[in-house]
Amino acid sequence: MLESMAQEDSNVIDQPEVIRHKMVTVEIAGKKYEVPEGITVIKALWYSGQEVVRGAGCLGGFCGACAAYYRTKDDPKVRTCLACQMAVQDGMSITMMPPFPARKATYDMQALKDPKQDLFNLYPETPLCRNCNACTEACPQSIDVREGVWKAVFGDFKSVSEMFMDCVMCGMCTPVCIADIAPNLVALYVSRAQGAHFTEKPPGLDVRIKEIEDGRFNDEWAKILKMNEKELTDHCVTVK
Amino acid sequence: MDVHALQQIVHRSRDARRKQTIPKFSQAGCDQLIHKYHPDYRERAYRPIRFGPNSGDKTVVELASLLEGDSPIADEFDLTADYTTDVLVVGGGGAGCAAALHAHAAGAKVMLATKLRLGDSNSVMAQGGMQISVASGDSPVTHFLDTLKGGHMQNDHQLLKVMVEEGPSIAKWLLSLGVLFDRDGDGNLHVKKGGGSSKPRLLTCSDYTGLEIMRVLKDEVLNQKIQLLEFCAAVELTSDEKGNCTGAIFKDLDNQRHVVVAAKSVILATGGIGRLHIQGFPTSNHYGATGDGLCLAYRMGAKLMHIDTFQYHPSGAVYPEQLIGALVTEGIRSEGGHLVNAKGERFVNELDTRDVVSSSIIRECEEGRGIRTMSGRIGVWLDTPLLDAEHGDGTLEKHFPAMMLQFERFGIDISKDPVLIYPTLHYQNGGVKIDTNSETNVPNLFVAGEASGGLHGRNRLMGNSLLDLMVFGKRSGMTAAARAAAMPQGKLTVGHLKGFRAEAKKHGSSNGIVSPMILPAYTRKG
Repeated sequence: MLESMAQEDSNVIDQPEVIRHKMVTVEIAGKKYEVPEGITVIKALWYSGQEVVRGAGCLGGFCGACAAYYRTKDDPKVRTCLACQMAVQDGMSITMMPPFPARKATYDMQALKDPKQDLFNLYPETPLCRNCNACTEACPQSIDVREGVWKAVFGDFKSVSEMFMDCVMCGMCTPVCIADIAPNLVALYVSRAQGAHFTEKPPGLDVRIKEIEDGRFNDEWAKILKMNEKELTDHCVTVK
Repeated sequence: MDVHALQQIVHRSRDARRKQTIPKFSQAGCDQLIHKYHPDYRERAYRPIRFGPNSGDKTVVELASLLEGDSPIADEFDLTADYTTDVLVVGGGGAGCAAALHAHAAGAKVMLATKLRLGDSNSVMAQGGMQISVASGDSPVTHFLDTLKGGHMQNDHQLLKVMVEEGPSIAKWLLSLGVLFDRDGDGNLHVKKGGGSSKPRLLTCSDYTGLEIMRVLKDEVLNQKIQLLEFCAAVELTSDEKGNCTGAIFKDLDNQRHVVVAAKSVILATGGIGRLHIQGFPTSNHYGATGDGLCLAYRMGAKLMHIDTFQYHPSGAVYPEQLIGALVTEGIRSEGGHLVNAKGERFVNELDTRDVVSSSIIRECEEGRGIRTMSGRIGVWLDTPLLDAEHGDGTLEKHFPAMMLQFERFGIDISKDPVLIYPTLHYQNGGVKIDTNSETNVPNLFVAGEASGGLHGRNRLMGNSLLDLMVFGKRSGMTAAARAAAMPQGKLTVGHLKGFRAEAKKHGSSNGIVSPMILPAYTRKG
């Protein structure tokens, strides 16, 4: 039926994977299942009958809850992905990443006196990076993690904060580190320090806060809040 | 036809469209369009709620059934507390984190419970930005008026005034925690223009605004050592003999055991309802967006408002299959992206409010000017390559890295080819009625964020949600904390269920539905 519809209407996108609905065999945590080709890994878990509580969050590729390892057919290379953002294919082997017990340092961000030096107290393992590059290869967000770790060590906090803006904190860079660095946590500390300590305060913001405190808008508020519904509707229309 | 062949019309019509200005709808035209095409006006999708505080009010059938649903907790349940705290926050998104942090800072003992992990939420996905009137040509009053207009004049004035006035101090708080908002050359906060706003007012962290804020807030919750209860879903609230809220009952999703928490105040920050897939819509929402807080509050006697109105974000992805429902940020339209039908024409001012833009997309599709996919979806083009054409190569890569990456994973380069979009269920405009301290009509029961109602009227303006979360998270947290010191812990009962069950019986509600839903039933059975 779909194919005849396509002939009648030129405004239909070809999707061979949809009309020729194909089942593929994937291995989930070591067990084989038949699932429809092209669905996301997380949907394959549901399709195979698994209740998913851990390992699913925003389903939009932002929260990092669904970090997973996968390997495609006949390829020895094990790769990483976010399970809600990866389509399954025949012969794929998949396993979800368990929560990894990385150590997060605790700190009072505002009270730090010398955040660049404090990095070495909070995360003393950071300069022990042995340049193996496994973290960069493990990152499903394509961040150059290793480079970021070194930039943190050398105090280039600004670059780190820019490089790690894509970081979803999935933590896949941590289990691979032979120096026991948790690069995502280091980068989070560094980015926060960049924002809290090394970025100038926006001058206009304090002006606006003071204006509000001083009641600069009070007359306007009084005028608006006195209006009846009709007057207010008419007034809203005048705002361009 | 091949997708690239169909996209040609977008490329061919681009230059002609760039010269065009599409006027916004007049008020009357806008009302007419919405009444005819907006899903909120599909009568058959709605029914009156049969009993409870909103008896007789209409809402979508999916939600009505859950609100009338029975509690999983029996009358004789053992309510011995496993934990005792001053402030119990339910929900680990933006509102929950803000509430917990402010309550903690005010000296209260705080516990934050969430059915997924800390931070797994819609907040983390917010791409468009956060509206705060920081620009010199802007003012809180203008922010108020824009929001009111967008909300069809139905917004609660007091809530809205509080939100717009506290916005700038929220920006200051987030900056002090280290949130990296985009800046102008002079160091001031960079502002972008959002749909339905008369002034550029969106603070952004590229297209990762929600992620950046949530990374920082989550980190801060951990730094402050706020007690967490993860993978625990709230299934019922507790009340004392006066009907005041005194705590909550959770189900630990790892071991299915119940956990009882006694609290002087409870703050529900449980978010929205996208995963109910009302009217069969796909959704941009996170896995846990099942409206749990609404059910719990409703059984306690809290009044809901505006629960007949939902926001369908204009641009949910329709192609490829794997991204169906995923959001294509409004930022693309803010920076000039056109919506284009199958004939290569624009059909709406892309910066009109979300309800207007969504309605017009539905109109194009219903009138045969949509593009169909073989899985039976339909949509219109969003001309993303136009941004690079307009502002220079690399603009999309620089301003929308998240979106570039999302489509790249499926072999689509959005800087070269337009994307197919259709409205997706995005936000619950209404929710539990609250006062300016975020408290409901049930004493000591607070609701903050998307689960609350009134602030956004009948249509939320882009960028107002992140601010809502921060402002009312803060107010609920501070109010609850201030109250805790001078207040004894109330008795834990489920007395309120007696009345609710009697009402249900009277109205013949034995549909067998138990609420809250907790997680959508996506697992294939059998």
